[in-house]
Amino acid sequence: MKTSELIAALAADPVPEPVHLGRRLAAAVALGLVGALVLYGLVVGPRPDFAEALGTIRFDLKFVDALALALPSLLLLLRLMRPDAKAGALALWLFAPLVLLAAAVVAELIVVPQDEWLPRLVGQNMRYCTTMIPMMAAPILAALIVALRAGAPQHPGWTGALAGAAAAGLASFLYASHCPDDSPLFVATWYPLATLVCAAAGAWAGRRFLAW
Amino acid sequence: MGALPVEDPADDRWSMMMKAAMAGDEGVYRRLLEELGRSVRAMARAAFARARLGDADVEDAVQETLLAIHLKRHTWDPGQRLGPWVNAIARHKIIDAMRRRGARRAEPLEDFQDFLPAPEEEDPHALSDAKKLMETLNPRQRDIVQSISLDGQSIAATASRLNMTEVAVRVALHRALKSLGAAWRRSVS
Repeated sequence: MKTSELIAALAADPVPEPVHLGRRLAAAVALGLVGALVLYGLVVGPRPDFAEALGTIRFDLKFVDALALALPSLLLLLRLMRPDAKAGALALWLFAPLVLLAAAVVAELIVVPQDEWLPRLVGQNMRYCTTMIPMMAAPILAALIVALRAGAPQHPGWTGALAGAAAAGLASFLYASHCPDDSPLFVATWYPLATLVCAAAGAWAGRRFLAW
Repeated sequence: MGALPVEDPADDRWSMMMKAAMAGDEGVYRRLLEELGRSVRAMARAAFARARLGDADVEDAVQETLLAIHLKRHTWDPGQRLGPWVNAIARHKIIDAMRRRGARRAEPLEDFQDFLPAPEEEDPHALSDAKKLMETLNPRQRDIVQSISLDGQSIAATASRLNMTEVAVRVALHRALKSLGAAWRRSVS
């Protein structure tokens, strides 16, 4: 086929319905959250002392950490859907949850006696944490990948990994209300591990489904 | 952030043309794709030459780029100039085409916009993979693409020849172009 012939076919192709990248991504977040909430409602649920816990700084910090990961990841994803995107300063905001966690860990090490460190780090349910966060992240990640297929990311693998991190952030936000472990020592160890699992799954999905 | 917004949109002819195309002006779209294709061809030829690859696959890279421009045109932000967006797509596709030819490391590519002053015409003898990929389409799709591209028939003429509605022909054409893009992608991996 000659290029001029291909152009004739392309020009004859009708103008499609306009695609709104932002709306697609927002719809994916909403849809994915519904899936995660169903899982949360069926098997996870809030912890019994949820109301009292809300008044404690360690508990609240978990939600701030989760949002500090989810929000910049989602904003960056929206940008990376365009092939000529530059990550720019927005990418630096991905360090925000790490800085926040590191500061909380330092504070915890200062206020808590040394023999408490290890029990707090190990916590009560690290295995449940590292399985349930990826489980709840899965529907969000799947919805994000479907939405991202409308885009043309320069680096499909990295973009997928970022989608995994965003999904993990949102799932952590839900899971934090269940988790009985509030110490930053626990949160800084097991939540990032769960996030890495999600990012790895996202990287795989990105290479597989976001290539164009 | 990406490129600065266009100060005066009238400065950027291609952006205006793409807007008209997306509003349904087929003639302008065809002219835009022809112009873009000539500059992409010059860019691809330079990249292939620098990587010491022959010219044989240049036309494939051009066609893949044009198809990607077409299928992904909704990722262009109309508040930005069209050139940098085309450059990003062309780089992506030219590097893919070079990898397929066995180039290990992508040499740094020159910017698409450096080739605006020296566009290149298509080599009339160039063969492309597209012909082979057409065989992955189902017979009806192939018939429609051939009728419109090779034989230069209109949608209406194709529809009446195949005894289909015009809408059905348009839908089939769109699906065919999408699967052509997918087939190209598979041939990369």
